[in-house]
Amino acid sequence: MVDAHRREWAFVLAATVRVTRDLNIAEECVQDAYAQALAVWPESGVPTKPGAWLTTVARRRALDLLRRDAVLRRALPLLVEDDVAPPIEPTDAIPDDRLRLICTCCHPALARDSQIALTLRLLCGLTTAEVARAFLVSEPTMAARLTRAKKKIAAARIPYRIPSASQLPERVGSILDVVHLVFTTGHTAPVGDDLVRRDLVERSLDLARMLRSLLPDNADVAGLLALILLTDARRATRTGADGTLLRLAEQDRTAWDRAAIAEGVALVHEALRSRPPGRYALQAAIAAVHAEAPSWGATDWAEIVALYNVLAQIWPSPVVALNRAVAIGFARGPAAGLAELDTLAAEPQLAGYGYLPAARADFLQQLGRGDAARLAYEEALLLTENVVERNFLLDRLASLGECRSAEGV
Amino acid sequence: MSQYLILLYEDEASYATADEATMNEVLQAHNMFAENNGKALQGGNALQDTSTATTLRSDGAGGFTVTDGPFVETKEALGGYYLIEAADLDEAIAIAKQVPAKFGAVEVRPIMVFS
Repeated sequence: MVDAHRREWAFVLAATVRVTRDLNIAEECVQDAYAQALAVWPESGVPTKPGAWLTTVARRRALDLLRRDAVLRRALPLLVEDDVAPPIEPTDAIPDDRLRLICTCCHPALARDSQIALTLRLLCGLTTAEVARAFLVSEPTMAARLTRAKKKIAAARIPYRIPSASQLPERVGSILDVVHLVFTTGHTAPVGDDLVRRDLVERSLDLARMLRSLLPDNADVAGLLALILLTDARRATRTGADGTLLRLAEQDRTAWDRAAIAEGVALVHEALRSRPPGRYALQAAIAAVHAEAPSWGATDWAEIVALYNVLAQIWPSPVVALNRAVAIGFARGPAAGLAELDTLAAEPQLAGYGYLPAARADFLQQLGRGDAARLAYEEALLLTENVVERNFLLDRLASLGECRSAEGV
Repeated sequence: MSQYLILLYEDEASYATADEATMNEVLQAHNMFAENNGKALQGGNALQDTSTATTLRSDGAGGFTVTDGPFVETKEALGGYYLIEAADLDEAIAIAKQVPAKFGAVEVRPIMVFS
C-alpha cells in the first residue's frame, strides 16, 4: 500500500527539504512519515490526498527535530535557497519543489555517477541497497558515493533552487542525460542474465513523466519522454519465449504497446516543432518510424537515414555514426552499409563497442563473406557480458557454420 | 555569502615562451576580470613558477626533508589564485568562468568555515 505511494516520494521529500535545508534530515523525516503511514493507514484507511498527508507528517517531524536539537544533528551546512524564506509552519498549500530537488541532484558540478545515484535515491525513492544493485556495486560503496555527493552539495553550496531562465536549458540538458542513462542502463543491461532491467526502465519513465508535468513547454523533455515510450513499447517482443534476443526484423509487431506508441508519436510531433530539433526528439522520431512501419520490409529506411543525417549534425557522436551506417546498409544494401562502417573502424570511442563488429558481421554474412563474418562475430562476443546478447551472437556464429558446410557439399 | 578560492592551473612552459603581446593580453584580461568582479573579489595573487618552489616535509621527529621544487610535478601547475565571495556555487562558477586561464583550467574550492 505504501509502495503504491512511492511515486509521491519526490514530492514529499522536496517539500521537506524546504523545511530542513538538509538532505539527510529530510530523508529521515520522510522515511518516518512512510513508516507512520504503514502503521496508521491499515486502521484509518488511505487518506484522500496521500501525498499531502505524507508531506504534512514529514514536515511536522522536521520542525520537531529542528526545534529540539537543530545544531547537534546538523553535520553539514544548510542548503542555499532563494532569498525568500520558506514558510516555517506547514500550510495546506504545499508548493511543488521537485524541480529544485532534481536540479540539485543533477547539478553539473557533481559527477555523473553521483547525479544518477542521487536521482534514484532522492527522486525515485529507491533504497541505497536498491541503487547499489542497479549499478552492480556493493551497498557500502553506494552509501559512500551518496554521502560524498551530499557533502559536496552542502559544503560547496550547490543551491536548492530552480536555476534562472538563462541557465535552465543547460541544466535541463544535464537532467535529461541522467534520465536517459537510467533508461539505457535498464533497456539493455550491460551485464547479467536479463536483457532488460525493468525497474530502471520504469523509474526512467516516471522521471520523464514527472519532468513533463513540471516543464510542459520544454521540447527536449517531450522528446525524451517520446523516446522512452517508443523504445519501451517494444519491450515485450525483444526476447522470444525462450529468452533469446529477437531483432527488430523478427519481433511480433502486433504485440507492441500501441497506447505507448500513440502517446510517443504525438510527443514527437510536438518536440519536432522546436527549431533546431533536439537530440532526443530526433532519436524519438527514428523510433517512431519503426513503430509506425507495418512490417520490417515496409520500413521507410530513406526517412531513417535522413533523420540520422540531421542527428549526426546536431549530435555528432560515434554511436550515432554507427547507427547511421547500419541504416544506410538497410536503405542501400549491405555493401553500402559495410563501406560506411569501415570508415568508423579507427574511431577510438567505438573500440570497445560490441555493436560495431556485430553490425559488420551481419553485413559480411549477407554478402556471403563467411570467414570475415565469423571473425567479426567472435570480436563482438569478446565485447559483451550480457548473456542474452551473447547467446544471440553464438547462434549467429553457429548459423555461419551451417552455411559453410552447405558450401562444402 | 560564502568564500571560494579559485585556483589557476596552467602550463608554465606556455607562459615561459609567450611573446610580449601575449603577456600583455593576459595581464589585461586579469585587470578586466578584477574590474568586472570588484564586489566579489577579496584577494588574489600570481605565483612565481614552480622552479622557485621549495617543499618541506616533517619527519615527525623534529626534522625536515627539504626538497627543491613543487609538491607535485605536473604540466599544468598552480600559478595563482583569487579569493572570492559568492552566494552559492552557481554564482562562484559564473565568476570562475570569467577568470582568464588560456593555458590551462581553474578549480573552484569552497573555503571551510569553522563554527
